[in-house]
Amino acid sequence: MTVFTATGLGKRYRRTWALKDCSLSIPAGRVVALVGPNGAGKTTLLHLVVGLLTPTAGTVTAFGQAAGTTETLARIAFLAQDKPLYDGFSVADMLRFGAHLNPRWDQELAEKRLAELEIPLDRKVGKLSGGQQAQVALTVALAKRPDLLVLDEPLANLDPLARHEVMRGLMAAVAETGMTVVLSSHVVSDLENTCDWLVVLNRGSVQVSGDIEELLAEHRLLTGPAELADGVAARVTTVDESRTDRQATLLARTGAAAPPLDPKWTVRGVGLEELVLAYLRRPEAASLPRPVLAGT
Amino acid sequence: MIDFRLDRGSGVATYLQLVHQVRHALRLGVLQPGDRLPTAKEVVDKLAINPNTVLKAYRELEREGLVAGRPGLGTFVQRSLGGASATDHARLRDSLTGWVRDARSAGLDSEDLEALFAAVVLDSFRVGEDTA
Repeated sequence: MTVFTATGLGKRYRRTWALKDCSLSIPAGRVVALVGPNGAGKTTLLHLVVGLLTPTAGTVTAFGQAAGTTETLARIAFLAQDKPLYDGFSVADMLRFGAHLNPRWDQELAEKRLAELEIPLDRKVGKLSGGQQAQVALTVALAKRPDLLVLDEPLANLDPLARHEVMRGLMAAVAETGMTVVLSSHVVSDLENTCDWLVVLNRGSVQVSGDIEELLAEHRLLTGPAELADGVAARVTTVDESRTDRQATLLARTGAAAPPLDPKWTVRGVGLEELVLAYLRRPEAASLPRPVLAGT
Repeated sequence: MIDFRLDRGSGVATYLQLVHQVRHALRLGVLQPGDRLPTAKEVVDKLAINPNTVLKAYRELEREGLVAGRPGLGTFVQRSLGGASATDHARLRDSLTGWVRDARSAGLDSEDLEALFAAVVLDSFRVGEDTA
């Protein structure tokens, strides 16, 4: 089952395409990392998915329906980058506000979560620390009991401890509900171990979309003598390479089994950050699943 | 109950780290048949990792017959672990000795050997194709 599908999706602001020809399908129950440099189109893509923007080209559907309809919106929670809360509201007011706007609101979940975090309900939102504000915003989003939770840079501006706390809370919520989460970040190390699906967006295009474990298993770092590099490069799909006059290092998509190579080559696995950086450095490289027929 | 920890810089897949820690606890007798493993939510709430990673580790342990899931109750230890048998140890040692002899006659010194062995072990666990 897919949670949302974009087909040839594009968004133009005046004469600039923020997102172009974006085709993407996200399976249910995943924790999706949307990564890319600043200005890659991450926020634009998220806003299109949750129906805050309308596409200039192509379509985007959520739960099989057009994005932005009342039925789909009831199932999606979106937390914008600036974590919009009313500073003058008490935490309890913030919950009352959420309860009025959301038919599936779970007040018990919200109060329990805030009690565990030791955030007092009578405190003014503006008086809370940055980490506590992030937790209140996340609590409001979770109490909506969404099937899809979309978070735009949820960890930006948080200290390392607060980042860990937010991720812990998020992962615990995923364990409990099985909801799908899409979160954007430009800090890849935040997403290691928490996300299981990777989408790399670069200059408005989708460069990579796939299961993180499969992606890591399919890519390898090959290091060996420069004079043999062309021969090796011809046999594997090179994502990124660097060469000196003696040595060449290729980050390659080799498939699940390492190819047999001259013993002068060393082969090792890659980490998530290494993989993402290699693709970002080479915008022309892509690793996308083969197109799937509609309805499957 | 077992308390999982993560070594984030080790290069070993997270689910395998969990599998190894359960096996280790079984060898040491820290975990005994009948003990309950923490729920995915309990592990996740401590380590901030993806719950599917925990479920994958438990599936692997289940496949090995070490634990069994009881719907609605949790995952329970089925049997303890004594490590490989003495016969297995002797057999593996023999074949490794043969391999080392072979590698030395091919001109590898002890550092070459260690590097190669470590690389193969690391690669094997990273890819997750073999957990034995």
